[in-house]
Amino acid sequence: MTTPSQTIGPFFGFALPYGDGPRVAPEWHPDAVRVHGRVLDGTGDPLPDALVEIWQADADGRVPGAVGAISRAGHGFSGFGRCGTDADGHYWFSTLKPGGPAPHIAVLVFARGLLKPVATRLYFPGEAGNAADPVLSAVPADRRDTLIAERESDRTYRFDVHLQGEQETVFFAS
Amino acid sequence: MTDSHPPYLYPPYKSTVLRAPSRPLVVPEYGPDAVELSGPVFGHAELGLLDNDLTRQHSGEPLGERIIVTGRVLDDRGRPVPGALVEVWQTNAAGRYVHLRDQHPAPLDPNFTGAGRCLTDAGGRYEFTTIKPGAYPWRNHHNAWRPAHIHFSVFGAAFTQRLVTQMYFPGDPLFAHDPIFQSVPDEKARERLVARFDLETTVPEQALGYQWDIVLGATPMET
Ligand SMILES: [Fe+2]
Repeated sequence: MTTPSQTIGPFFGFALPYGDGPRVAPEWHPDAVRVHGRVLDGTGDPLPDALVEIWQADADGRVPGAVGAISRAGHGFSGFGRCGTDADGHYWFSTLKPGGPAPHIAVLVFARGLLKPVATRLYFPGEAGNAADPVLSAVPADRRDTLIAERESDRTYRFDVHLQGEQETVFFAS
Repeated sequence: MTDSHPPYLYPPYKSTVLRAPSRPLVVPEYGPDAVELSGPVFGHAELGLLDNDLTRQHSGEPLGERIIVTGRVLDDRGRPVPGALVEVWQTNAAGRYVHLRDQHPAPLDPNFTGAGRCLTDAGGRYEFTTIKPGAYPWRNHHNAWRPAHIHFSVFGAAFTQRLVTQMYFPGDPLFAHDPIFQSVPDEKARERLVARFDLETTVPEQALGYQWDIVLGATPMET
């Protein structure tokens, strides 16, 4: 029997976030994109005490296997990112758009009031491969939009996570 | 997440009410290449040498009862998970977090931060030396106190195995009154959150020893 999950609580901020946590790829990387958004509760209020983690493939669609997820393995891309939300519930990552027919980033959100994390995926808008993606296809059509980031500019994508309510993000069982 | 975990919505823990997802979870059709079936790999060079000894991170010795907390990280079939990053954070002996938002009027300890990390060895074993944390009040309901606990964050081989939980100490009278502990529906599963005092792990004249194994979900891509 597995060890039960317990909430991350409000006091992880001095222990879990680290300096380069949001820099999955450094901002100066020529192909760096910014992925950002807010984590919101059922009334639309921001969560100032959430932790967002991402895990993804590189620009060629390969999942990093080398040691060095914290230090970016000395070669500029780690695949793993961690960012605590600020007072406005805002998080950000500097990363690379992953390769593959339907590029996507795995997202986990932890927070006070979440007895276990929520797991979702961030997909990119306008990708021809999205329609055939098996995970996206299994999501009810009227909720699929909650998994697709909004393009704000060439290099910036917005992805809000609604834990609850009308616009509730699709979360996956794991 | 499977069987033993608490539900998202558990109204006695008030913060769940506006944060628990209310729509059914979607069961994902992960192919063998799904990114979630792998996870980040961490190395010793990324950690400090004293990261797993919370009693030696300052110039002096922290106040409180020195303890050793050790155990194995296992998968659901009982196999050790080597190289797993284990991170911990906790209050000091007086029940106070270093965190700025902690307003509990108990003293800070200049010799204790309360954060540590380590990697499991080839046998899946982790070990921390620390101070027994204190109980602390919170505002969930009248006269609410959290039982003493150490927060744990663990990475398995896959992102689907990611676990954040809390370790408790045996026989705490606050268990019955703590909605976070009680949110786990199954009593046997709740017991998995409680460490075991172990005289073998105890170091004479130095520190009490506790054993606590952590069991993650299934390791994907089995042969
Ligand atoms: Fe706590």
